[in-house]
Amino acid sequence: MSALVDEQLLEAAPTGDPKLPRIKPHTTTEIKQHLRSAKTLWCPGCSNGTITRALIDAVLGLEIDPEKVVVVAGIGCSGRISAYLDYSTVHTAHGRALPVATGIKAADPSLHVIVAMGDGDSSAIGGNHFIHAARRNIDLTALVFNNSIYGMTGGQMSPTTHLGDKSTTSVYGNVEPAFDLCELAHAAGATYVARGTSWGYQQLVNVLAGGIAHSGFSMVEAMAICPVYYGRFNLTSDPAEFLKSQKEHAVPVDKFDEGETRSHDHYPVGLLHHRERREYVTALRSLRERAQEAHNG
Amino acid sequence: MTTPTSTAVPAATRRAVLLQGNEAVAEGAIAAGARFFAGYPITPSTEIAEVLSRRLPEVGGTFIQMEDEIAGIAAVCGASLAGTKALTATSGPGFSLMQEMIGFATMAQIPCVVVDVMRGGPSTGLPTEPAQGDVMQARWGTHGEHSVIALVPSSVEECYTLTVEAFNLSEQYRTPVIILSDALIGHMREAVVLPEPGTLRIAERGTPDCEPDEYDTVTSTLDNILPRPPLGSPFRVHVTGLVYNRRSGAPDTSDPAAAADLGRYLREKIYHHRDAIVRVEEVEMHGAEVAIFAYGSVARSAMAVVRKLRAEGVPVGLVRPITLWPFPTLAVDRMAEQVRTVIVPEMNIRQMSWEVQAAVRGRAKVIDYGRVDGKLITPDEILELVKPEFYYHSWEDA
Repeated sequence: MSALVDEQLLEAAPTGDPKLPRIKPHTTTEIKQHLRSAKTLWCPGCSNGTITRALIDAVLGLEIDPEKVVVVAGIGCSGRISAYLDYSTVHTAHGRALPVATGIKAADPSLHVIVAMGDGDSSAIGGNHFIHAARRNIDLTALVFNNSIYGMTGGQMSPTTHLGDKSTTSVYGNVEPAFDLCELAHAAGATYVARGTSWGYQQLVNVLAGGIAHSGFSMVEAMAICPVYYGRFNLTSDPAEFLKSQKEHAVPVDKFDEGETRSHDHYPVGLLHHRERREYVTALRSLRERAQEAHNG
Repeated sequence: MTTPTSTAVPAATRRAVLLQGNEAVAEGAIAAGARFFAGYPITPSTEIAEVLSRRLPEVGGTFIQMEDEIAGIAAVCGASLAGTKALTATSGPGFSLMQEMIGFATMAQIPCVVVDVMRGGPSTGLPTEPAQGDVMQARWGTHGEHSVIALVPSSVEECYTLTVEAFNLSEQYRTPVIILSDALIGHMREAVVLPEPGTLRIAERGTPDCEPDEYDTVTSTLDNILPRPPLGSPFRVHVTGLVYNRRSGAPDTSDPAAAADLGRYLREKIYHHRDAIVRVEEVEMHGAEVAIFAYGSVARSAMAVVRKLRAEGVPVGLVRPITLWPFPTLAVDRMAEQVRTVIVPEMNIRQMSWEVQAAVRGRAKVIDYGRVDGKLITPDEILELVKPEFYYHSWEDA
């Protein structure tokens, strides 16, 4: 077991991989106990439901008290997860999930705070908050649903829309290069960075569990599929075909050569970066102790 | 809730200290039980952050300097939802940036305090000079129909007491409360007598008097605003900026009745209690024929004029709103019935005088006077506005 993860938390989780917990999938009955409603507004073929299930599987696998789980979400398709999960949930404003979560975690460090965001949510309007949460290394788990497009507003380009892609605001092809969210998080100081896909369900569950158990800022990029907008404009509107393309594009990180070019159709998945660095809430606690000692003489 | 116009603390329990307005806000926040501040440095509010970065850890609290003002108020919302009294402080451009999350706090009914130390604007404007140009932004800065509570201190002592009051109101009505200080009040030093700890009324956040599984079935009424349980409790609350069903808390954007119920409730929970919330100081209004309606630092100059003229036997009074929002309609109504002229000097152009005119409804003449050059309105300027209203008075000595 890596020292990066909270040993106590992972005790209950079946292990095997030196870095990641291996979570046994749970039954639909067990999953539903963590849902307020199984009815969603997501389009048929959308992978957000799969990612939501993966998150519940990870929480169940880690045997965390559901009462101590707080899910903070932004605005967009991904943000709706907050209304469906039966934890304490906050549906914030567009891009503002991370600073709200920062206040929650700093005020009550006993909570497991998971921040659900979309790609535009986290890296366009919330980009500043994203890099600073990573820099502080605050113990939050950022779960980014990356479908490479703004779905809720009907298919506009986002910072993760690939060069040349079509969207309703890039009808001639996108002229902007895309962010690699994992490398962005890593460069900004995140201490646990992982990527999974909606096709590779078990891996997504495992990297999510590892991220939640990790003490520090963890970022899990869940490669989502949006057949209705992104797929229809660029690849395929058939969800099954779209999922199959993820299987072809995603390469396990241990088989991915460092020198290889990363692109939207060739990217590493798994735990990409992990390191130890002082966690922010812990640092705040020791600052408080020093200040109180000085104050009380 | 009864709200006296001055803090009724016995003299024997008071202690005098020399404080700056911004420092008084910080100390008032700590006295109110605030244990969380998140914000971004900006002139002329920065001392509030500086003092709290030192003081909050001493009392077991948390100070976070965020990446911008949006993040500042967002973190404040988060901390409050987790059960901690929280505030942020800013000025001018920062107040503009905060409007988005002030709206979120209003919609999601999150108690918090936002201090806006007003400076000249728009944009970067006059960063170090006082102004009162944000009074309408405080009312209508965030989009959509909503209500707001805003308090205006006129002294360093009020910076302290009104910060405590702001927290009390925010907890009681589950709403953001805005303190409209300005560069003069914020940076001015005065010897003030602070109430002894323990003598102030401090509203604590309660817990709902029901079982978690009953929580979705009980609904706040105008006279019984239920506290929201903190995040991470067995209640597993959902908090959202979408229109929601007031009973269950679940988002509901398809039922016009739910939207109407929430929209009206968010407004009425403040307006229904307007008489309890609103505080106005009336000075020398007995027999006054002319009233000066002034708030914040301008009220200090107005007070000097009223004292001077009353000593000369000129019947002038001062109506000083301490609560600017909700607007003190009742006090203006009383004033309009009594005086023939109302003078409204303010460090903006007619922002509140329009409100006064609307409430006066033609019963008295309303004279507005505005400055937007970052300079204070002096007693002499106000005196010149008063003189023509008493043309029969011998003004040689004035």
